Amino acid sequence: MTNNVLHLDNVTMQFGGVVAVSDLTLDVNEGEIVALIGPNGAGKTTAFNVITGVYAPTNGRVTLRGQPIAEGYPTGKMKKLYAGGHSGEYTKQISNTPDRITAKGVARTFQNIRLFKDLTVFENVLIAKHMHVKANVVSATFRLNWAEEARIRRESLELIDSLGLSSVKDEKSSSLPYGKQRVLEIVRALATSPSLLLLDEPAAGMNPQETDDLSDFIRKIKAQFNLTVFMIEHHMNLVMDISDRIYVIDFGKLIASGTPAEVQFNPDVIKAYLGVEEA
Amino acid sequence: MKKTRNLILSLITAALLVYGLTVLEAHRFQQGMLYSVMQKSAILAIAAVSMNLLNGFTGLFSLGQAGFMALGAYTTAILTIPTGKITGVYYMDGISSGIIAFKTFLDGAPGWLQTAYPFLALIAGGLVAAGFAALIGMPILRLKSDYLAIATLGFSEIVRAVIASPELNTVTNGSYGLKSIPKLGSIVTTFLIAAACISTIVLLIKSSYGRAFKAIREDEIAAEAMGINLMKHKNLAFVISSFFTAIAGGMLAMFMQSIDSSTFKISMTYDILLIVVIGGIGSVTGSVLSAFLVTAAKEWWLRFFDTPLTIGTFQVPLLRTGFRMVVFSVLLMVVVLFYRRGLMGTNEFSWDFFWKKRGAAATGGVGRDK
Repeated sequence: MTNNVLHLDNVTMQFGGVVAVSDLTLDVNEGEIVALIGPNGAGKTTAFNVITGVYAPTNGRVTLRGQPIAEGYPTGKMKKLYAGGHSGEYTKQISNTPDRITAKGVARTFQNIRLFKDLTVFENVLIAKHMHVKANVVSATFRLNWAEEARIRRESLELIDSLGLSSVKDEKSSSLPYGKQRVLEIVRALATSPSLLLLDEPAAGMNPQETDDLSDFIRKIKAQFNLTVFMIEHHMNLVMDISDRIYVIDFGKLIASGTPAEVQFNPDVIKAYLGVEEA
Repeated sequence: MKKTRNLILSLITAALLVYGLTVLEAHRFQQGMLYSVMQKSAILAIAAVSMNLLNGFTGLFSLGQAGFMALGAYTTAILTIPTGKITGVYYMDGISSGIIAFKTFLDGAPGWLQTAYPFLALIAGGLVAAGFAALIGMPILRLKSDYLAIATLGFSEIVRAVIASPELNTVTNGSYGLKSIPKLGSIVTTFLIAAACISTIVLLIKSSYGRAFKAIREDEIAAEAMGINLMKHKNLAFVISSFFTAIAGGMLAMFMQSIDSSTFKISMTYDILLIVVIGGIGSVTGSVLSAFLVTAAKEWWLRFFDTPLTIGTFQVPLLRTGFRMVVFSVLLMVVVLFYRRGLMGTNEFSWDFFWKKRGAAATGGVGRDK
């Protein structure tokens, strides 16, 4: 599988007795837009947090382009408590901090916008470029890396210009309208030069018009930056419109997967979203 | 155009300041109070700006300033006390032979080294503190907010206790303190070092690393998701801040000429924190301005509260020794209650401010640091 970008292998994330994600196996392939959907509390964001290194998986393995980036098996107290399957299959403990995952080309946005609120739009983007700075702190302080500094400033400006934020470049990020803040979060993630972009509910709180614009925007950046997109979303219109494939989870378990058309009429999915009809 | 104007204005101000300081240096005996207040303010300004780098720009609430100042002060002092006076200083238990050997060796060193020596001693103090900061940074910077404050405070007290311990009598002179520390040139030298230190910190804050520090202050989780290594950057900020804090400590030792471990009690940290809070957490200009204002107010302008005053036969109540500190504390409470952002908030001084129309100035405030 040369074109596999992200692979989750029986990932279980358990907090004490609560199993947030249970035996989740999924694939995201090069150039796809894949959506992860499910009712509130289904464990979607937890899955994202496992991928980005915020949590180490209780059991299972996450692979990025064939390289394991996180792997775990139940240890200590969790040995007794563990309620997921596939125990004993994984024998290594691999974990990466979020910054190292980002350095491997995985960028993300957050469900509840996490911009650097007191800083300007330009600074927000510029900070995401910091990880590419090679100079050490002394040469950066005395601007011996002036060429590098000028380059990241230019690149940030170009990025801001090309994605239509140049008019608000010097505004405090918290003063932007909500939709623009969502866009800025994506732009900031793009500034880290990712190959895989994880979007956590990018359309949350947007009106239908903004949602339409967002789906165009996601298509545009996917083509422009050659991205693979993996997103969590609640807006069904958006999901059905732009996803190539959809995974549906409920109570941490995968209940369905397939193309939008397949998933839409899957009885399990309808049950999870609408509940069971009384007999 | 604007840039040239601002540059010219800055140069003129700097020249005027240097001229003023030279005049002050010439009249230092008539203007004793002004002279020493100015000097102490400049030194505390370094300490305040480096505390601001940590508390205001990186969002790490550290209270270890006094400890790092003590490290800097003692290193600088031990290195600079003249060989001739050293036995007089260590009159109790004598001095470690290593220090004597080093000093005798140094007396034979070439002239240029002798001239640069006090500055090298300051830097050595900074490096010692930076080393300690790197050592304790690893474990304690994992702590958050209040816990970090408690841990750094603890470190600061440990440093003080160790310095005062009788076992170190031959190195730090234990609880007897050090004296005969030579002065550091004229007041102009003090200001030049202060300017150099503060400019370096400002350059750092405006560099890519400074932006990363601000990102950590704003949102650690987002900063980490943007590829910023939290531990590395927190450690960097901590080490750099400690380095400059220790330089301030060394300069304080040279200014006071005699130090002992009680100089670096928690109240020293408190004084610096006060300056940072009054100036505005997150503003370098605020810290500098308030270093001068607070020091002048505390040591000079509010002195009259300490002297009993009788008008005719009426004895003005409350005026007595120590009342100054009461007034000062009340002022501080007023600032914290009603003017929480301090003098400058997070704004920085900019010449453009004077060119703005009044309306613009009211809404935009002082030019924001970009």
